[in-house]
Amino acid sequence: MAQEDVNVIDQPEVMKPRMVTIEIAGKKVDVPEGITVVKAMWYAGMDVVRGVGCLGGFCGACATYYRTKDDPKVRTCLACQMAVQDGMSFTMMPPFPARKATYEIQHLQDPKQDLFNLYPEAPLCRNCNACTEACPQKIDVREGVWKAVFGDFKSVSEMFMDCVMCGMCTPVCIADIAPNLVALYVSRAQGAHFTDKPVGLDARIKEIQDGRYNDEWNKILKMNEKELAEHCATVK
Amino acid sequence: MDIHALQQIVHKTRDVRRKQTIPKFSPADRDQLIHKYHPDFRASAYRPIKFGPNEGDKTVVELATLLEGDSSIQDNADLTPQYSCDVLVIGGGGAGCAAALHAHGSGVKTILATKLRLGDSNSVMAQGGMQISVAPEDSPVTHFIDTLKGGHMENDHALLKVMVEDGPSIAKWLLELGVLFDRQADGNLHVKKGGGSSKPRLLTCSDYTGLEIMRVLKDEVINQKIQLLEFAAAVELLSDGQGACSGAIFRDLDNQRHVVVAAKSVILATGGIGRLHIQGFPTSNHYGATGDGLCLAYRMGAKLAHVDTFQYHPSGAVYPEQLIGALVTEGIRSEGGHLVNAKGDRFVNELDTRDVVSSSIIRECEEGRGIRTMSGRVGVWLDTPLLDAEHGPGTVEKHFPAMMMQFERFGIDISKDPVLIYPTLHYQNGGVKIDTNSETNVKNLFVAGEASGGLHGRNRLMGNSLLDLMVFGKRSGLTAAGRAKSMKHGSLTLGHVRQFRAEAKRHGNASGVISPMILPAYTRKV
Repeated sequence: MAQEDVNVIDQPEVMKPRMVTIEIAGKKVDVPEGITVVKAMWYAGMDVVRGVGCLGGFCGACATYYRTKDDPKVRTCLACQMAVQDGMSFTMMPPFPARKATYEIQHLQDPKQDLFNLYPEAPLCRNCNACTEACPQKIDVREGVWKAVFGDFKSVSEMFMDCVMCGMCTPVCIADIAPNLVALYVSRAQGAHFTDKPVGLDARIKEIQDGRYNDEWNKILKMNEKELAEHCATVK
Repeated sequence: MDIHALQQIVHKTRDVRRKQTIPKFSPADRDQLIHKYHPDFRASAYRPIKFGPNEGDKTVVELATLLEGDSSIQDNADLTPQYSCDVLVIGGGGAGCAAALHAHGSGVKTILATKLRLGDSNSVMAQGGMQISVAPEDSPVTHFIDTLKGGHMENDHALLKVMVEDGPSIAKWLLELGVLFDRQADGNLHVKKGGGSSKPRLLTCSDYTGLEIMRVLKDEVINQKIQLLEFAAAVELLSDGQGACSGAIFRDLDNQRHVVVAAKSVILATGGIGRLHIQGFPTSNHYGATGDGLCLAYRMGAKLAHVDTFQYHPSGAVYPEQLIGALVTEGIRSEGGHLVNAKGDRFVNELDTRDVVSSSIIRECEEGRGIRTMSGRVGVWLDTPLLDAEHGPGTVEKHFPAMMMQFERFGIDISKDPVLIYPTLHYQNGGVKIDTNSETNVKNLFVAGEASGGLHGRNRLMGNSLLDLMVFGKRSGLTAAGRAKSMKHGSLTLGHVRQFRAEAKRHGNASGVISPMILPAYTRKV
C-alpha cells in the first residue's frame, strides 16, 4: 500500500473542515467552508423544493443572488455550482413574472419582423449592460439583444447555446425585456426558418418508408440467438 | 500530494500514449471483467422482491424496499377529481414533453403534471448527443445491431426496431421545432462517434444537446397552452375497478394538499433512480430521480423488466468535492480523450461500452492503480488536454463549453489539466415493461422514457436515451390520444392499493417505508 499512498490528492479543506459563517436570506448560519450554496441550505436544515432541479448546472432552477464579505456588489450564481465562503450572503431568486410571448413557430411568416410584434420591448434596450453582468453563464446578453433586433439571428442562436433559462437577466432589465425569452424565440426561428434542410435526413426517412431495409430486417429478426450473436460479431 | 504534482504523469506520458491503440476486449474477457467488477454483479447489494408482479426477481435493496413500500393514501381517501382530462402525462422531462405535445397535437385534452418545474429532469443534462442513423454509410439496422451488442443481446427486439426506425423522423420533427443540431459544411447533420457504436451516429448541439432540445420542447409545451400542474408529485394512481388505470393523485408540494386528476389514459414519464444512491454511489441524476413511477406502476400490477441492472457512467467527477458525481461527458472520450491510471498507463479502449469502461476503472482502482482523494474517494485521470494536443488549441473550449464552465467555476482549467473521474450512478437500464405503443400490461397505463424497460437490455448505449424519450413519448402520446376519442372516463377507485396492502400483509407487511420517495432526504436533521 505504500506505493498507493503517494497517489493521494491534498485536500486540507476535507481533512479539517473549517466552519464559516454565512447569511441565508438574512439569517446567519455556520456551515463547512467550500460546500455548494444549495448544500449549505440543506446543512442549515432547510427543506428546498422550489429552487433545486438538475443539480448539474443545466436547468436554471437554482438562480441565486449573492454577495461576498465587505463587497457591495450583488452577483448571481447557480446555487448548485457555487461554493460558499466566509461572510457570504445569499438568497434564491423567486420565480419572476416575465411575460413570454406565445407563437406557432412553424407558421411564422416573417420571423425577423415578427420579433417586434411578439416582443415589442426588445428594441428598447438602453444599453445599461446589467443583463450581461447578471448572466451566470457569461453570455454577452446585451450584445445578443441588439443582434436579435438587427436580425442577426444566427449569432444570437450561437451566443445563447449556453443559456440555462435561469432568467436572471430579466429582473435587472430597465426596459422590461426578458432577454432569455427573446433569445429562445430567435434561436428557434433560426433553426426552423433560416437553417438548411438536411437532404440526407429526408433521404433516410424515405428509404425507411419505402422499405429499403425490409430484407435485412427479415433476415435478422428470423435468426436464432446464436445466429444473431454471430451476425452481431461481424458488425464492427 | 499536490494535485498538480500528481497530474504530471498524465502530461509526461501523453506523447507515448498517443501512439498506442488499445484493442477492445474479446466477448469472453469482457464478460469476465464485468462479472468481477461491475456493481450489477455485487451480490450483497441485491435481494429478491418479496411480492407483487416481480415476486422473486432480484433487484438492489434500495429499490426493492421502495417497490414493497406502502402508499401514503388511505383506503377511504376522497377521490373527487379536481381536474379531468383525456391524457394525463406525469413527468416534465423529455419523454413527458414529447408525450404531451403529441397527445395535445391529436386534439385531446392533455394535462402535464410534474413534481418540480416543467423541464427539471435528466434530459436537460444530456450532453453526449442523440443516436440517429442519418449518415449515408449508416442504417437503422446497424443502429439496431450496435444497440443489441451494447445491451448484451437482451434488448426487446420489437421496441428496439421501432426506436431505430422512428429515429430519423424524430430528428425531422425536432428540426422543424427549431432545434439547432450541429451541421456539416454541406448542411447535413453532423454525426459523432459514440462509445459502443460502429458508425458515427450522434447528433449533437455542442455539449448542450439535452438542454437545447428541452429549451425548445418546454417552450413548445407553453406555446401550445398545455395545462401544467407544477410542483405536483404523483403519490398514487387510480384504477377503474376492472384493472385499468383511470387517473392519479398528486401532492401539491407548495401546500401539501392532494389533487385528484381523472384521465382516460395516464402516461408515466417519471425518469430514473439515481437519487436512491444505490450501493452508495454518487449520481449524475437530477434532484427528483427517485424512481416514483416504478413504485406507482408496480402497485398497480405493472410488470418490471431488467430491474437488476443499472448504468454507472464511467466518468463522474471525483474532484473537486463540489462536483462529485457530476458527469464529465462521454464526448471527451468520443473525441479521443484517454483514461489514464496512476502509473500513466491506459487500460481500456475508451470507446468500449459504458459497462466495460466502468468495470475497468473500478478494476484499476481496486487493484491500487487509482488516485485517491482525502475524502476517501478514488478515481483515474481523464486526459482532457489531449484533445487540444490532438486537434489544436481551443478544441476543448469550443466543443465542450459546458464542461469548461463547470470546472472553471472551481478554478480548474480542463483544457490544461486532466480531471479525476470514477463511475457515477447514471441510468436505470430496466423499468416498467412496455409494448411498442409504450403501454404496460395495465390497460391505459403507459410508460415512456427511462422509467420504461426492455429497450436497452442490460446496458444502454450512449446517445440512445434522448432518442428513446422522443420515440416512446410520441408513441404513448399518440396511442393514448387515439384511444381517448372512443372511450369514457373510468370510475376512480383505490382497489389496487387495497389489494397491494393485502398482499403485503400476507408477506409480513410492507417494507416499512412510504413510497414513492418524491425527493431525497438531503436536509440535515439538526
